[in-house]
Amino acid sequence: MKNLRIILIIFLIFPMNHLEANEKDKLNKITKNLRCLICQGQSVYDSDSEFANSLKILVSKKLGEGFTEDQIYNYLKDKYGDWILYDPELNKNTYILWLLPILLFLIGGAIIYKNYIVRK
Amino acid sequence: MIYSLIGHYSLILGLITGLILFYLSFKNLKNLSVFDIKILVFTFLQFLFVVISFLCLIISFVISDFSNETVFNNSHTTKPLLYKISGTWGNHEGSLLLWLLVLTLFILLFLIRTKNQSIKYKILTLVFQQIIIFGFFIFLIKTSNPFNYLFPTPVEGLGLNPILQDPALAIHPPILYLGYVGSSIIFSSVLAATSLKMISSSWAIHIKKWVLTSWIFLTLGILLGSIWAYYELGWGGFWFWDPVENVSLMPWLALTTLLHSILVLEKKAILTSWVIILCIATFTLSMCGTFLVRSGILNSVHTFANDPERGLFILIFLFILIFLSLFIFFFFHKEEGKNSHIFFWFSKESSILVNNWFMMYFLSVVLIGTVYPIFLDVISSEKISVGPPFYHKLIIPFLIPFLLVMAIGPKLKWIKSELENKIYLIFLLFISILLSFIIIKNFNQSILINTILVSSAIYLFFITIRDFFFQKYKNISQNIAHFGFSLLILSILFNNLFSSEIIVNLKVGETFENSETKIIFESVNQKKEKNYNSIIANFHIKDSNGKEDRLSPELRIYNQPIIATSEADIKTTIMSDKFIVINLVKNQDFFNVRYQVKSFMLWIWVSVILISFGGLISLVQKRS
Amino acid sequence: MKKKFLSFFIVLVFSFIFVIFFRGLQDSNKYTPNIESKNNIPSFNTKNFYSDLSTNSSNIFESDKIYLLNIWSSWCVPCRQEHPLLVNLKKEGKINIIGMNYKDNKKNAEEFLEKLGNPYNEIFVDLDGTIAIELGAYGVPESFLIYNNKIIKKYIGPLNKKLINEMKKTIK
Repeated sequence: MKNLRIILIIFLIFPMNHLEANEKDKLNKITKNLRCLICQGQSVYDSDSEFANSLKILVSKKLGEGFTEDQIYNYLKDKYGDWILYDPELNKNTYILWLLPILLFLIGGAIIYKNYIVRK
Repeated sequence: MIYSLIGHYSLILGLITGLILFYLSFKNLKNLSVFDIKILVFTFLQFLFVVISFLCLIISFVISDFSNETVFNNSHTTKPLLYKISGTWGNHEGSLLLWLLVLTLFILLFLIRTKNQSIKYKILTLVFQQIIIFGFFIFLIKTSNPFNYLFPTPVEGLGLNPILQDPALAIHPPILYLGYVGSSIIFSSVLAATSLKMISSSWAIHIKKWVLTSWIFLTLGILLGSIWAYYELGWGGFWFWDPVENVSLMPWLALTTLLHSILVLEKKAILTSWVIILCIATFTLSMCGTFLVRSGILNSVHTFANDPERGLFILIFLFILIFLSLFIFFFFHKEEGKNSHIFFWFSKESSILVNNWFMMYFLSVVLIGTVYPIFLDVISSEKISVGPPFYHKLIIPFLIPFLLVMAIGPKLKWIKSELENKIYLIFLLFISILLSFIIIKNFNQSILINTILVSSAIYLFFITIRDFFFQKYKNISQNIAHFGFSLLILSILFNNLFSSEIIVNLKVGETFENSETKIIFESVNQKKEKNYNSIIANFHIKDSNGKEDRLSPELRIYNQPIIATSEADIKTTIMSDKFIVINLVKNQDFFNVRYQVKSFMLWIWVSVILISFGGLISLVQKRS
Repeated sequence: MKKKFLSFFIVLVFSFIFVIFFRGLQDSNKYTPNIESKNNIPSFNTKNFYSDLSTNSSNIFESDKIYLLNIWSSWCVPCRQEHPLLVNLKKEGKINIIGMNYKDNKKNAEEFLEKLGNPYNEIFVDLDGTIAIELGAYGVPESFLIYNNKIIKKYIGPLNKKLINEMKKTIK
């Protein structure tokens, strides 16, 4: 039991290093998050349409110019609206979207605990 | 043309039979001494009429009868026979006919196979099911008739979208509908049982096989859809959190939760309200999904043709069913006494409650993610997209405790449990964490959440394997299903972590090489098939271990409709799939080549089959 | 009592959901991206179609003049349909039409102009499609009505008689 604890402690202290995402991975990550606007429900990464291919080139260029992921998203949001991003950002439009499931989870837990569980 | 006539009039006869069934049922309800055999006869007749109608549509497709509007819109003389047949249900009208087929089939089977229940219950179930069937007959005949007449008869049809011409997609709708539409019988029978106040353990035992049947087909149906998506859409993805996919997943989540709750209800008369709600919810979600997908209210890769008039009909129909169920639930159902459903926290009942809790959370995530954009658009005219990142962020962290409870829950005893002599539980947990840590670190993916997630999945994996060997045939169905689930999560995780991709532009004769792979673009040749022309690119691929493969993706141009598609070539082995696609680049003489090594793809499919196999075993097992 | 309150609340919630879906159906899925926009033209670099000289967008559009920026390609089928309308518009002489040749092959583009006429005061090239995205375009054909360096109206898809008439009214 003691050994287990020691190992767990070592494990927890171990630094959470994130792999340095190289250019390709970054490009893929971003294009997977962008909607292909002339397709029916495909990401820019998945699509091979003209729009998607041009957008891939553009994102590549912007990454080369030093844009961060968020800057690229903002740049495209300005041109095309929030609709182009698959990851809905947390803003006044989306509070309910993100928080309602969590709220329901907590309410569910509370109901279960109150009505059904006894500790004895 | 004669077939369209027969098909059309067969539908009308089916509708009339339904009306007769209403009459006969009400008559029988007044005099319950014996079950009116005419009811069974007419139920069978109704099914028969729908079958005849369905066969007529198939025949019309096979003989390419373009005087039928549906055949004209969706078929072509040069289409291969298999796809002419499957084209029958690959369109809006035909798929609705499939709905009717399953609806009438299930009520027929229900009446035949239900032996130990009251006559009143059987008749009421029939009545509720007939309400649904009636609604669909009207919907079909009025707004979506598969037998509309075209004059003058066109010589050729418009053809079927080539990406739909795939064997997995051919059988995906029938299998999916057996589950999706099959849940209608659960809906009808729970409404009947609630009205008669007969929700009890014996009812749970009776309904369980219907829940299992629907569940097994739904699981397999979703699997087939994913396999099709993998082969035909996108680059090696199998789940996109697309609205149409979500719409089939939601009833599955409700049905799985229902299955677990029935396990409790089988033993004790508790959680009855919850079971009723889930039975209603499953079919409601199916109907709601039908609405979302066919009305044009959502934008997706798979939607049928958009038509708001049809959408309005389904919407009203759906809400009639919802309000009807709400009425029956609140009016007829009485809660059990408060003390009868208190559970000790460390028991099998509460672990099933925890399962329900988490599953409902997952369901709410999928539901909210799918319909929220509609709400936002209507209320504030803002348009947003909700895609994979949303679902991943909300679901993945919750999978960890979920997997752990799945491992420990089944071991707990009913009412109260203590963990003595269960040192192996902690031991295996330790091994899981260590193992996943080694795996993740070794392959350079040192992300904490992945490690924890993989550990939980490996833990469930080990526990279920251990249980299989130590407990032999006790609870084997649950064992296999949970094992399958752990394998599914592990396969998906490893697929995400260890797959690799190379995207490069190559001309014929050129080679790409990096430290792990060498891709040689050897040659192209052309091929002419019945309904398409293709360019085949031949590749020779060598990896750093010396393994060689020859892959030949294609670019196809179909004749009707004129669509160009890219067909991947996939080589499947136990450990991974090698996946390659090519695309033409405008105005250039090279091709864009996308080569992926997708780890553990086969195991993703196998694990889902295992999960449904677990359900199948439960279905055929005799009660001990 | 509690049950009555709960049932009432749930019926209310479902009624609300019904209304939303009903309204959603009416607005039904015509996702028309915002066509009205009073944004400034984004700055972009391009090359002249004939001379190959690089230039910046600021040099192309002068204030106080009305321009129609038309994105087109020789391989684009709807472009063939709208082209005669552009040629007519040029003949009437009221508006400067600037062409942006999108992801095209120079020879094919020249042949296209020879066969169908050249309505453009100037033509520039967008070889990889990124300029179209800088402009916020979706593809080809697409046209922008520009005045005082601002985009007044965006026309997605091919132009037709109706849109041209609207355009003329706007210009006045």
